[in-house]
Amino acid sequence: MTSSKINKAHEPLFHLSKRDGIAFWKAWLIRIAAVALGLAVCGLVAYLFSDKLRTGKKTLEDFYYCFIKGAFGTERKLWKFLKNMAVLQCISLAVTPAFRMRFWNIGAEGQTLMGVWGAIAVAFYLGGKVPEWLLLIIMFAAALVCSAVWAVIPALFKARWNTNETLFTLMMNYVATYVVSYFLVVWVPSGSSALGKLKYGKLPPLPFGNQYLLIILISLAMTVLLYIYLRHSKHGYEISVVGESERTARYSGMNVGKVIIRTMVVSGLLCGLAGYLIGAGLDQSVNTESVGGQGFTAIMVSWLAKFNPLVMLLTAGLVSLLNSGAAQISQDLNVSGAFPDVIVGIILFFIIGSEFFINYRIVMSRKGHAGKEVLK
Amino acid sequence: MEKKMALSMRGITKRFGSVVANHNVDLDVYEGEILAVLGENGCGKTTLMNMLAGIYYPDEGKIFKDGQEAVIRSPKDAFDLKIGMIHQHFKLVDLFTAAENIVLGLKEEGRYDLNAVNSRVSAIAEKYGFHIDPQKKIYEMSVSEKQTVEIIKVLYRGADILILDEPTAVLTPQEIDRLFDVLRSMKADGKSIIIITHKLHEVLAVSDRVAILRKGEHVATVDTCDATESSLTEMMVGKKVSLNIDRIDPVNPETRLEIRHLNCLNDEGLPVVRDVSFTVNSGEILGIAGIAGSGQRELLEAIAGMQPIDSGEVIFINPKKNRPVTFFHKTLKKVKQLAAQGAFHDWNGNPVSFNGMGNALIRRLVGSGEVLFNEDEVIDLRNRTPLEIRELGIRLSFVPEDRLGMGLVGSMGITDNMMLRSYRKGHAGFVDRRQPRKLAEEIIRELEVSTPGVNTPVRRLSGGNVQKVLLGREIAFAPKVLMAAYPVRGLDINSSYTIYNLLNKQKKNGVAVIFVGEDLDVLLELCDRILVINSGAVTGIVDARTATKEEIGLLMTKTDTGKEAAQ
Amino acid sequence: MNIWLNFIIESLAFGATFMYGSTGEIITEKAGHLNLGIPGVMCMGGAGGCLVLNMIGKSGLPGPVIVILGILGALAMAMLMGLIYSFLTVTLRANQNVTGLALTTFGAGLMKVIMSKMDSTVYLIGPKMLYRWPFADRTDALQGLGVLFFLAVFIAIASSWVLFRTKVGLHLRAVGENPGSADAVGINVTKYKYLASCIGSGIAGLGGFYYIIDYMASQEAYLSLEIFGWLSIALVIFALWRPHMTILGSTVFGFLFSCSSQIANIEGITVTMAAKPLLKMLPYVFTIAVLIITSIRNKRENQPPASLGLSYFREER
Repeated sequence: MTSSKINKAHEPLFHLSKRDGIAFWKAWLIRIAAVALGLAVCGLVAYLFSDKLRTGKKTLEDFYYCFIKGAFGTERKLWKFLKNMAVLQCISLAVTPAFRMRFWNIGAEGQTLMGVWGAIAVAFYLGGKVPEWLLLIIMFAAALVCSAVWAVIPALFKARWNTNETLFTLMMNYVATYVVSYFLVVWVPSGSSALGKLKYGKLPPLPFGNQYLLIILISLAMTVLLYIYLRHSKHGYEISVVGESERTARYSGMNVGKVIIRTMVVSGLLCGLAGYLIGAGLDQSVNTESVGGQGFTAIMVSWLAKFNPLVMLLTAGLVSLLNSGAAQISQDLNVSGAFPDVIVGIILFFIIGSEFFINYRIVMSRKGHAGKEVLK
Repeated sequence: MEKKMALSMRGITKRFGSVVANHNVDLDVYEGEILAVLGENGCGKTTLMNMLAGIYYPDEGKIFKDGQEAVIRSPKDAFDLKIGMIHQHFKLVDLFTAAENIVLGLKEEGRYDLNAVNSRVSAIAEKYGFHIDPQKKIYEMSVSEKQTVEIIKVLYRGADILILDEPTAVLTPQEIDRLFDVLRSMKADGKSIIIITHKLHEVLAVSDRVAILRKGEHVATVDTCDATESSLTEMMVGKKVSLNIDRIDPVNPETRLEIRHLNCLNDEGLPVVRDVSFTVNSGEILGIAGIAGSGQRELLEAIAGMQPIDSGEVIFINPKKNRPVTFFHKTLKKVKQLAAQGAFHDWNGNPVSFNGMGNALIRRLVGSGEVLFNEDEVIDLRNRTPLEIRELGIRLSFVPEDRLGMGLVGSMGITDNMMLRSYRKGHAGFVDRRQPRKLAEEIIRELEVSTPGVNTPVRRLSGGNVQKVLLGREIAFAPKVLMAAYPVRGLDINSSYTIYNLLNKQKKNGVAVIFVGEDLDVLLELCDRILVINSGAVTGIVDARTATKEEIGLLMTKTDTGKEAAQ
Repeated sequence: MNIWLNFIIESLAFGATFMYGSTGEIITEKAGHLNLGIPGVMCMGGAGGCLVLNMIGKSGLPGPVIVILGILGALAMAMLMGLIYSFLTVTLRANQNVTGLALTTFGAGLMKVIMSKMDSTVYLIGPKMLYRWPFADRTDALQGLGVLFFLAVFIAIASSWVLFRTKVGLHLRAVGENPGSADAVGINVTKYKYLASCIGSGIAGLGGFYYIIDYMASQEAYLSLEIFGWLSIALVIFALWRPHMTILGSTVFGFLFSCSSQIANIEGITVTMAAKPLLKMLPYVFTIAVLIITSIRNKRENQPPASLGLSYFREER
């Protein structure tokens, strides 16, 4: 079989190699190109589903203008956009420490929801019985504790038995959902399970500026704090080492289990803060959709920012911009209210895909020129 | 003696970027012979063979199989040409049985029938004298069993050219003998075998011919019967080398570390360190010799506080006699306690007691260096974590064998890697990168580490530079005891000598050095005493100045007679 | 018929939704890919099937043809989603968790957009009784079991057979356990990963179709579909990555999930309103329990595939 099987074909035309690094501007150029491409596809999809676009009542220019209009059209819209971004940023910050440790916590949705629930539960039971300022403090504490507990449970099992954290935290989301719906049944005897706005426990806005300004400032402050925590604190250093190699961490004397648990508590506390902002700062109520999938969106935001809190402002901003723009589109162009999800999904596909071109190089194979520089 | 050519390579060149891994290499393999490919680490042996196995594709040159030109672009092409390679790192699926691994990827006609596979596997095993249970899962197997599976996998595919990459590195002498028997019986069956190695005695023991590579080039191919160890070494290194390491006699040796009846169990509860006792002295290098996986790693990790100790003691003797007491690693309370026990004296030799003194006064006295220890500090390290050991003020450095997986963080720069040891310094919750950066620059300068910068991930450095960074960091903390496991593994001769010199310098400075090595020649040249370990037990401690290689070789395979009698 | 037996049959009928979903997810995971986009895939599968039915529902084609075309529509749309996923995660080596979540966001959103544009009377009018063959004439619980239910059971068992009894299955599991080893023996890792993701998604997509057209057969059905995608992912763990085990698992999950509405009908047992969410929580709690127990027992055969969630790049070996 030898002679017949021997073939004369040559090496493939190109092969991939991992980049050692890429110029900063090049990486961003690739990302911007990806977003632009994604927006083009969004236009195409919108054209398919919007009668107004097809019949020519609205033009594609209107379509793209919606993104600007949706986020910055009026002052009210601008503040709303900033508020949405601030909440998303806060949850994105929350998942980041764990991700830097390569602990795939996809339970931010549930952890934040438990934070909202904790705050609202306190307001429900104690509202009117204690002074408002005290109530707000207890609510804050309850939100932090509930979220932290929810986050630390999977961490305990991971530290002790190496239980798969991705699946565990995912399941915890749904347990949280039903905890909330259980209490809604208990709290609302009428059977509608819809808890109206509570009278007590509203986080007062700042004496100046917009009603959302406080939330935005808190979120910004947390961004800076977390950046410093991850980059310059001993904890941050430990997180990086554990994420890279547990054996190295043990060699240098770290208690890996302790680091995992502590980091998840930090994640949980940040989720609790986000939950408090939602519960006490915005909704004064809780339902199973209080977090509305932002816990999942946050994972993508954090990942897109390469787990860097400062860059996260940009990615959280982008996703919020797409959301408010797409909401405007579904209103103006008369498509379903679910359209923002489609837009966000498409843009994310393109950004996710573009990372490949940042991390890898396509090397054309010529004789005498191959890309790899490692001598085995 | 006319032999038929099985495979030949002509003018093979392979470049990785600017690095030339192989340059214009010619190689011939005949049917029914064992060819050894010999060369230093990094000389391109594995790269050359990977081109036969379809992992890499040569940039220039041709490969001929049975006289026909062959193009090998993938492992599948190699299999089709009946070439099979057993890689140094086994490519097996842990969760599968031996038989499942063996048939993996094969496109056989007919129904998938594991029973038929099992019996065929057993038949092959019997033919060449292997022992294997086809239905055993890989994760339940020992290293040698896994290697057997890899060899059968290749034979099952009908290979008549087998390439083995460093097959003996992980085996015991008995297993090596058995492997060589198998290789010989395959040779008798007309198969060609290429064995990659850098161990000379194995070359002489098993091969018919030796091809020597140096810096990616083919130097010569000689018949084994005409070769000696020294002639091979000369060709391998390119010049007449004598392993001449400057060895000085220990000056004022004092016991630094005393291990007493140490026992450790592994995760499965099996003993890996058995009743080990020895001492390490300042100003000497204690070598540890033994077959890979005989418990060296566990022994060092037990001392470093990373491996739980089942029983026994690890006593560290901290040289404190006649040295000033400090608060670096001791609280005021502890100092007062020791003073009450009469552990201190002053410069005039009078005992110091703090009776009736206020705390401030005590602090001032100690701070001015007026209070000295009477005796050395004796501390049991047993079951203390690496952190606790450091906090006791014990300067114990450890260069683990897994450099990037344990000693360093591959994705971090040199500065951040320096911090692995020191990041806890300072009381605030924040890390200080200035000192580590200074240290990093110092190490780069003094040890001539070639790197683009202090923040370049160490993963991108070459093996020798990685080791310099690691050893440099461990030495920078002025150790009293320095443990180095296989510090020259994978390094070329020049880098190896840099490392030997560094260790010797430490010895001269009075450090107690433990050196775990695999090359007996080096151990005999470098060390003062050599401890030989087998299956976790000490089989002997010899004087390196008088011992012979044979003596150590025997000790390496000596089984515990007492235990045998008991069985 | 015994009231409990009735109840179990009803649970089976309900459970077929996530039997499809988790069988598809298991096939994907066995190739080393954790597809968190399965909820989106199921949604789009349902939308794809309905889209076809919407076009041919009133065409007067023979009933069985309409059913088969509907199934094919669901399969095609879901596999398209699988293709997006595998292109991003296999070829472009993107992070699987992030890609999966984006796929779910996209799929669930797009399905709602599509479904809101369609007339439910057309896609539901199809030969409804045909789905219920062979029990269309029964008046008891058996009436709930139809063609699509038996297809789910068949696919679950067939998948197990392929995975654990054939060469293709052996290769697929090798890819999921150790792609480097699989590559070294000449298995086309990329091909297997693509096929597993696309076929797995196709199967999961049928679950969405089944839920909207057959099990619920209502206009609002699509609004409650997404949650069952997540339940399918839970079921994978509960079934310990064995497709045939999903039959048992989906019955248990179906039982617990439908308890809240069904038990009230059984005499002698009263379920308070408050207990309903707790019953619905149980599948997830059980899954967590299974996850914990298997990790404590640490039996190699019950663990997730070893390379689950990791991208494979040959030159990194």
